[in-house]
Amino acid sequence: MAELAHGVHRPRSFIARYVFSTDHKVIGIQYMITAMFMAIAGGALAMIVRMQLAWPGEKWRLLGKMFPDGVEGDIMKPEFYLSLMTMHGTIMIFFVVSLALIGGFGNFLIPLQIGARDMAFPFLNMLSFWTIVPACLIMLGSFAVEGGAAQAGWTAYPPLSAVGAAVPGSQWGQTLWILGMALFIASFTMGGLNFVCTILDQRTKGMSLMRMPITIWTLFISSAIGLLAFPPLLAAAILLLFDRHFGTSFFLPSGLYFGNGLLPNSGGTPLLWQHLFWFLGHPEVYVLILPALGITLDMLPVFSRKPVFGYRLTVYCLYAIAALSMIVWGHHMYVSGMSPYIGEFFAIGTLSITVPSAIIGVNMIASLWGGSLRFPTPMLFTIGTIIMFGTGGFGGIFLGNATSDIQLHDTYFVVGHFHLMIGGVTLMAAFAGVYYWFPKMFGRMMNETLGKLHFWVTMPAFYVLFLAQHFQGLGGMPRRYFDFDKFEYLQKVAAANLHVSLTAFVLGAVQFVFLFNFFWSAFKGARSVKNPWCATTLEWTEASPAPHGNWGEQLPEVHRWPYDYSVPGAAEDFTPQTAPATVAPVTF
Amino acid sequence: MERRSGLILAIVIWLIGAGVVMMGARTWLPPLASEHGAGIDAMINFTMTATGGLILLGHIVLGLFVWKFSRQDKITFRLAGPRMERRWSLAVALLVAAIAEGGVLVIGLPVWAKVYDTASPANALIIEVTTEQFAWNVRYAGPDGVFGRADPKRYSLDNVLGQDPDDPAGRDDIVDLNMIHVEVNRPVLIRLRSKDVLHGFFLPHLRVKQDSVPGMKIDFWFVPNKTGSFELACAELCGLGHYEMRGVLVVMTPDEFRKWKEEKRNG
Amino acid sequence: MEAAIETREAYWEGGRGPFGIGWSKLMMWLFIVTDGLVFAGFLAIYGFLRIASPNWPDRSHIFHLDFIALMTFTLITSSATMATAVGAARKGDRKTVGRFLALTIVGGAAFLGMQAYEWSSLIRAGATLEANPWGAPLFGACFFIITGFHGSHVLSGLIVLAITMARSAAGKSRPAGIELAGLYWHFVDLVWVFVFTLFYLI
Ligand code: HEM
Ligand SMILES: [Cu+2]
Ligand SMILES: [Cu+2]
Repeated sequence: MAELAHGVHRPRSFIARYVFSTDHKVIGIQYMITAMFMAIAGGALAMIVRMQLAWPGEKWRLLGKMFPDGVEGDIMKPEFYLSLMTMHGTIMIFFVVSLALIGGFGNFLIPLQIGARDMAFPFLNMLSFWTIVPACLIMLGSFAVEGGAAQAGWTAYPPLSAVGAAVPGSQWGQTLWILGMALFIASFTMGGLNFVCTILDQRTKGMSLMRMPITIWTLFISSAIGLLAFPPLLAAAILLLFDRHFGTSFFLPSGLYFGNGLLPNSGGTPLLWQHLFWFLGHPEVYVLILPALGITLDMLPVFSRKPVFGYRLTVYCLYAIAALSMIVWGHHMYVSGMSPYIGEFFAIGTLSITVPSAIIGVNMIASLWGGSLRFPTPMLFTIGTIIMFGTGGFGGIFLGNATSDIQLHDTYFVVGHFHLMIGGVTLMAAFAGVYYWFPKMFGRMMNETLGKLHFWVTMPAFYVLFLAQHFQGLGGMPRRYFDFDKFEYLQKVAAANLHVSLTAFVLGAVQFVFLFNFFWSAFKGARSVKNPWCATTLEWTEASPAPHGNWGEQLPEVHRWPYDYSVPGAAEDFTPQTAPATVAPVTF
Repeated sequence: MERRSGLILAIVIWLIGAGVVMMGARTWLPPLASEHGAGIDAMINFTMTATGGLILLGHIVLGLFVWKFSRQDKITFRLAGPRMERRWSLAVALLVAAIAEGGVLVIGLPVWAKVYDTASPANALIIEVTTEQFAWNVRYAGPDGVFGRADPKRYSLDNVLGQDPDDPAGRDDIVDLNMIHVEVNRPVLIRLRSKDVLHGFFLPHLRVKQDSVPGMKIDFWFVPNKTGSFELACAELCGLGHYEMRGVLVVMTPDEFRKWKEEKRNG
Repeated sequence: MEAAIETREAYWEGGRGPFGIGWSKLMMWLFIVTDGLVFAGFLAIYGFLRIASPNWPDRSHIFHLDFIALMTFTLITSSATMATAVGAARKGDRKTVGRFLALTIVGGAAFLGMQAYEWSSLIRAGATLEANPWGAPLFGACFFIITGFHGSHVLSGLIVLAITMARSAAGKSRPAGIELAGLYWHFVDLVWVFVFTLFYLI
């Protein structure tokens, strides 16, 4: 084989190829599989949460054996419930959705779709993955320490998260949580730097910015948002660590009274943490959701055989969302004790995000207009994403509005809303992406029958499950409750918990169909041709699976935008980005 | 094949749209028992109606597209010009802005301003609520209208509020646990403090929610306009007893309230 | 019409970034931005706490400004020597590179030494993370954490510079590598200017 540019050469040993690989495609798949593993963990936690909510006070023999401290005498303790929901949230957001969408698809797709041989700095890329692995282990391991895993929610509000005596999980569990998060931030920063530099600097000839697939745009903007939003959280996490272990009082005021003793702290305020946390926390949800929207918008043209609607405006809207997302964090704090005047500002700012978001949503639906639709599994999940995004997005109008948020804040309405958005939208799009790019990853197709089964259970179950929680929230059901038996007014709305839980179990069970399909197809699936979906983007001009270093000797040259489907006068109904204007007219 | 998938998918989409709207049309909010709550309910109901309409419209359109365009083998429309894209976006932008921004500016913020930016009326009943894991400590100033001094340094198991026994202003203070007694139609000013972690003062029937924050003293007020007992829940995660941190707001007629106060002072 | 659209955008030749800089430099710049934001976060927290505390200590009772000025001067000087080294690297003058890198390292090390001295004198006066004799306890926490975080950046800068110097002496370093080290070093110095202003001057 000829020596490739950049001095890329194929490593020979198994370890160098599949474990400590610097190949972006291997790293992408590593991220994806890690995310799946963590999804099993995070999902199992959710199932245990739902078990408790369905049958409060029930005896659980197996759980009692697995967690003798948390499920003492086979009965779950409230603090164990708090660990479950805290770690479920943390794992799902940071170690499942972020890993799958940013780490997984980002690594796998960016070089392939912009025509680069690899990431700008492959070694840093590998380092980024191998920083995430210990972070995952620390998070999971924290269940084993004294007091159990963190119990202050994924938002880790002090004083609960800062004072060891406040809750058992605030002993070692919370410290491990902070360390895990610090590693996650380090890893994300390495990955994000690589993504932004690769997208700006490594595009192949002809791949101008406005010829990039929207997926790449969204990954670019997500990385940029993350790079801007994570540093303040890192600063806050460091200070929280000092408050916990070195006697400082950044988040602790004077007069704190725990266990019959006054704490010596003075001068800080818990609100400081909330501001810093949400300065990251809100942009983070856009970090998660934007790539999902990008994948959706890229899938629609393939399966409707026509260009996406409103490419340019979508890109502008992404910029607008990114900019606005940095200045609306206060909508999580309307009733936190923050000044109500600031609340008004945040309400107006937050609701202005609905405008670019709605434009993107309408662009999705409009992309179907006049097309010739096909419904293989990826397209089904794409339609599912649109449904979740629609309903979930409208829930945001209730919560962004300070006045209605007075009633809805910290109720199950919030839980329902964010599950539809950063759970539903992201997972549906991630599933669509896996079914779609699987042939590029493994050179084989996933099983369609199993895929359809997966979709037809997952989508309705997910939707019903989390729609129901909106209504429970309207009924005043507070979130993070171990048990709803203590309140009379909750008896009626909480009665639905059993059904909600049963739906959740169905939803959880059917994910094993997906896992089975994934691993079975990776080895036994039908062999795929190079371009099974007849798509136009660059990755489909490369062999499946693509070799290390991508594209052999000659990088492809790009002559058109990624959505030239059904070009009038062209021989086929798709014209790859590499086809020069002589083959078919360039239409954008 | 595609036609069948398209039709099934479209039907499911329509069912979802119809289901959401049918569910949303039911009454979910707990029965209202406060004056300002009417404004909050109006805000929620407006958004419910408006987004309900949009969700229905969206699902109908999405289902129609899925069904209709699954039936054709050749595309019938390809690329929209920039002007058409811009027009559609502008229409969407205006519609959503009218609902979201219009709603908050016209209906929402006036209510918000009434709740938060307005000083409580002079006849308000002032009640100090101090939260701790996992209880609501309630204190009323006595007939003198002045709360006695309290200091964290005096916190103990017998003196949960850290009251100063030497302060004459504190002698007639009434202290209660997990029960708040108020008069119907008389404004209540809550002075909220916390001894340990964050808690959330949540009266679902009165549409009242406010976090209590250690180190801060947060004042807010509302007017209960129905007699009866209303549950007080904690809405901010505060530890392992969060789910059982229950209080009760008892709204009484002025006579009953007077009687209760006397009993309390004598008893 | 089609052809017109094709030429509307400047043709992208591939390879180089839109700002005409290579990815390594771009990455260093972006890293500096994110790292700068961590400092921004710390300094914003510090500013907020200081304004919110009624009894923030009076800096003039605590710091010896002439000593701090000397510290600052040393660090700024090391930035100048670094710039000289980068310039020499571009010209391929390895001897000057080595000499000025060494001077930069000396400057940075001197700065760290002076900072250690300052810390120890404050600690001797009774300042800790938890408390200090002058007022609000958070003063000590902010001071030690933020200057410590900056000091750790100086230290890692020194390590980078030492490696760069060794590689340059061995003839293995390229001018671009020295430039990157220089960028980082200037950033560390620039951050100090903010820390200096916010802690010592106002
Ligand atoms: C398998 C489906 C899932 C089920 C059944 C489920 C269930 C739940 C439940 C019941 C809660 C509320 C616990 C409480 O407030 O007491 C919760 C919280 C949460 N979930 Fe999920 N979840 C699922 C998937 C996901 C996914 C995919 C995400 C991804 C973002 C996610 C993110 C979160 C977060 C962030 C919280 C909040 C944790 C907190 O309050 O600190 N969940 N989940
Ligand atoms: Cu937010
Ligand atoms: Cu609570």
